[in-house]
Formats: sequence, C-alpha cells, structure tokens
Amino acid sequence: MNIEIEELAKEFGTERALHPVSLAIPSGALIALLGPSGSGKTTLLRILGGLEFPTSGRVLFDGADATGLTVQERRAGFVFQHYALFKHMTVFENVAYGLRARKRRERPTDAEITRRVSRLLDLIQLPDIGARYPSQLSGGQRQRVALARALAIEPRMLLLDEPFGALDAKVRKELRQGLREIHDRTGLTTVFVTHDQEEAMELADLVVVMSMGRIEQVGKPAEIRAKPASDFVRDFTAA
Amino acid sequence: MSDITFIRAESVTTEPRLTRGVLIGVTMALIAVLLFAPLIAVFAEALSRGWAAAVASLASPDARSAIRLTLIVAAIAVPLNAVFGIAAAWAITKFDFRGKAFLITLIDLPFSVSPVVAGLALVLLFGVNSSLGAWLVANDLRIVFAFPGIVLATMFVTFPFVARELIPVMIEQGRAEEEAALTLGASGWRTFFTVTLPNIRWALLYGVLLCNARAMGEFGAVAVISGKIRGETTTMPIMIEMLYNEYLSVAAFSLAAVLALLALVTLTLKSLLEWRHADLLAATRRH
Ligand SMILES: Nc1ncnc2c1ncn2[C@@H]1O[C@H](COP(=O)(O)OP(=O)(O)O)[C@@H](O)[C@H]1O
Ligand SMILES: [Mg+2]
Repeated sequence: MNIEIEELAKEFGTERALHPVSLAIPSGALIALLGPSGSGKTTLLRILGGLEFPTSGRVLFDGADATGLTVQERRAGFVFQHYALFKHMTVFENVAYGLRARKRRERPTDAEITRRVSRLLDLIQLPDIGARYPSQLSGGQRQRVALARALAIEPRMLLLDEPFGALDAKVRKELRQGLREIHDRTGLTTVFVTHDQEEAMELADLVVVMSMGRIEQVGKPAEIRAKPASDFVRDFTAA
Repeated sequence: MSDITFIRAESVTTEPRLTRGVLIGVTMALIAVLLFAPLIAVFAEALSRGWAAAVASLASPDARSAIRLTLIVAAIAVPLNAVFGIAAAWAITKFDFRGKAFLITLIDLPFSVSPVVAGLALVLLFGVNSSLGAWLVANDLRIVFAFPGIVLATMFVTFPFVARELIPVMIEQGRAEEEAALTLGASGWRTFFTVTLPNIRWALLYGVLLCNARAMGEFGAVAVISGKIRGETTTMPIMIEMLYNEYLSVAAFSLAAVLALLALVTLTLKSLLEWRHADLLAATRRH
C-alpha cells in the first residue's frame, strides 16, 4: 500500500510539532524517519497510525483519503517505543489479541488462531515462548513479540517507533537484520522511527531526515550521504 | 505491594542490628497498643456475660435491622463508588482537559470536609425547607431521614477511596497498552475490559475494600441525615451508639464486635487474594 502525506501539520496547544510536511511513501518500501529528539518523528508516525489527528492536511492510503479513519479502521501494525506488551497476558495471548478482537463474523476459530500464532512465533524465531509472560523475556525477545503481535492483524502497513532504541548494540544489529527479513518476506510498506543515522542508512530504502517539525531531505541513503540538502543534514548524518 | 519493597530494602540496606531491632520492637508495641488492645477489649466486653447473652442481643429486632441496613447500604454505595471512581480516575489520567487540577482537588473534598457537615449539607439540599426537598416530599419521595439519604451520605463520604487508589497506578501505567489494543482493532470497551481493568485490578480491589470498610463504619454523616429512627434508619454504628448511651453495654459491644469482624473479613479476603495470585502479581510488577 502506498502512503501519501499532503501538507500535514500538527499543533499541541501553541506548540508546533509538525509544520506542514508532504511525503510520498511508495508501496512496499522500508522507510526511516530520522532526526534528533523532538523533531516530530513520533508525531508523524502516530498520525499515520490514527493515534493522533492532524491540525490540517491529509493522509492518503492507495490514493483514498484516510485522514478521518479511526485507529481501528487504519489496520496499521504498530510497534511502540517500549513495546507496550500486555503484561498480564502470555505471549500467545498477546499475539492472538488482534484476532480475538475481530467482529464475530471475521474472527478465526480457536484452532485457526492457534495455528496463526504459532506461525508468527516461528517467523520471529521464538517458537517456544508462547506460555511466558512479557516480564520473563529479554528486551530483544519483547521487541520481536511486539512485531509478531502487530503482524497478526494482517496489517496494511507496519509502523515502528524506535524499535531498537531500548536494546544493546549486539542485539540491535541482529534485530535490524530480522526486521529487514520480515519486511522482505511480507512486502509490507514499513515506516520506522530512529535517531540513529547508522541504523537508518543501513536498513532503509528511503531515509526521511527531520528537524524541528520539518522534513529536511528525502532520499536513498547514498544520495543523502553524497548530496546533503542542508548543513543540518550533513552534520546529522556524518558517520 | 509493600511486602515486595520490604524484601528488597532488607537485602540492600545494612542497618545495624540494634537499630533494626528497636524499630521493629517499637512498631510492634504501637500496633499492639493502638490496634490489638482495643479490638480485644471490644470482644471481651461483648462476651462479658457469656456467649448466650451476646448472641441473644444480636438476635433482637433492632440489632438485626441495623446489620441488614448496613449491609444493604454498603452493597449499593460501594459498587456505585467503584464505577464512579474508575470513571473519575480514567478521565483524569487518560485525557487532557481544562479544569483537571480542580477536579483532582474536588475528588478529595469528602476527606477534608467533616462528615457531620456533609450530612447537614445533604439535609439542607433535600430537606423540606429547600424547594427541591419540598418538591420531593410533595411527590412522596423521601430522602432525608430515609434510606436514600443514608446511601447518599455514605457515597459522599466514601467517594475518594477508589479514585485515590487508581489515579497513581493509572498514571504510572500510561496509555501505551491501551493504544496498542486500539491499533490491534479493539473497541474502546474491549480495551477497557481486557487491558485497563486487568492492569488496575489490585488497586481497584484495595480501593473497594477500603471504601467498603468505611461505608460500613460511617457515623457522622449518616447520624445527621438518618434522623436515627430506631429500627428503621439506624445503621450499625448508629445503633451501637444508641445502645451504649442506654447503658446496654453487652448489646452495644456485641454489635461493635460484629462490625469489627466484618472489617477483619474484608482484610482477610484481601490477603487471601494477594496470596493466591502472588506469582502473577510479582510478574506484572517486575515488568
Ligand atoms: N501529546 C503532546 N502534547 C504536547 N506536546 C507534544 C505531545 N507530543 C509531542 N509533543 C511535542 O511535539 C514535538 C515533537 O515530538 P515528537 O514527535 O515526540 O518528536 P520525536 O519523536 O522526534 O522525538 C516535541 O516538541 C514535543 O514536545
Ligand atoms: Mg519519538
């Protein structure tokens, strides 16, 4: 699914989190929103997911206006910054949550749910942790469970807020690879937020550099390296 | 909640043995003097003429109607306050709106206003001298000196307990899990029942138990609004005071012992639940 953002702006009271920004995300792309803390990355991601509504501007999914769609109608697989796993549920129940929440007509049978959850746990290479609680998992495992939970709803796109932010360097490298593989296998349009330029450059097809609520540059990693559009971009992406 | 912190504090701090011993000793002595001794005195007084006398006094129509009234009032006031408490805590922690700080202060109002004043306020509001009260009387709806007034007074006095327990817990938990449920397609109600409620259940239980203990024990506000009509609007605390003033000490203390027992039952219930679910409790806390 391709995503278009037209002149999107967001104000919190008097605070301008996003100046009008426009962006086209091609279907199936893996995109990084890169920028320092407070540059508006999370706000933009949350507007895409329907968790926040813009002050002005439009969001289009496959050409259709999606600005007014509720969070449930968006069907965006969202991975939160600290994963937001349901701590009182097992891993299995966490992943099954979105399937069980469906309307009766569309809800899979229990057997089908079990089958789909095991397939997702296989996909994230943690087949045996279904019975555990989130508190019994490592940080990296939690991140992968959050990813599986988001994928379970058969989302139209994948939105991840600092998915590697809370992990140590070694795990981070492994999971980067994991996200790339899952993206390539599912073919989902994927947007992830990061403040780590190396991570953005290594993982993304397209990098969106943001600063103070504005988009500074959009381009392939190599283009941004070779031709930074501003001093800010050059400084921020200097390795 | 506290026992977990205590275990950790004990292993980390290295207070000298003597200090620790003295502190524990003083605490124990205080608990014994302030909590246990009065409780035992009540039971001793109730049984001073033997079991038969105590049981007989409890079987009297006055005592039985007081026990019944207190249980019914609590059974109405506590669930309603649980619902209102959840709603208030939800509004305060999950939404941003103007007048939020004022609302938080307002929730605490019943704690700072004397119950007698609260009772008088309700009499003024619903009594025959107000136009609302006159209208109510004209339509044969009795609130003052009647059952609805007792429920209202009890609800006013016990309103803060549930909200006060929930607000800090809900602030600490933030909105992320609820937002996750919504992105997964859950409706607002489903999110509330499958995510919010399970996350606050211990605080809610604790708030409800405190609310219940206070609802059954409330004296001041109920004394004013009930009119103390014997056998009709006399709750247990009111009846105890009346019996005591009439020098019927076995009857008074027997009823007091029952009231104390009801409080002990709620406490035991809470400990039992915490013990049965200790593993899950620890799992959610550690995360
Ligand atoms: N709910 C909110 N209320 C008020 N201000 C907010 C809120 N969310 C974000 N902001 C402000 O918007 C700006 C952008 O924030 P954010 O999108 O979280 O940035 P980033 O994710 O790039 O760190 C910041 O200045 C932040 O303070
Ligand atoms: Mg952010």
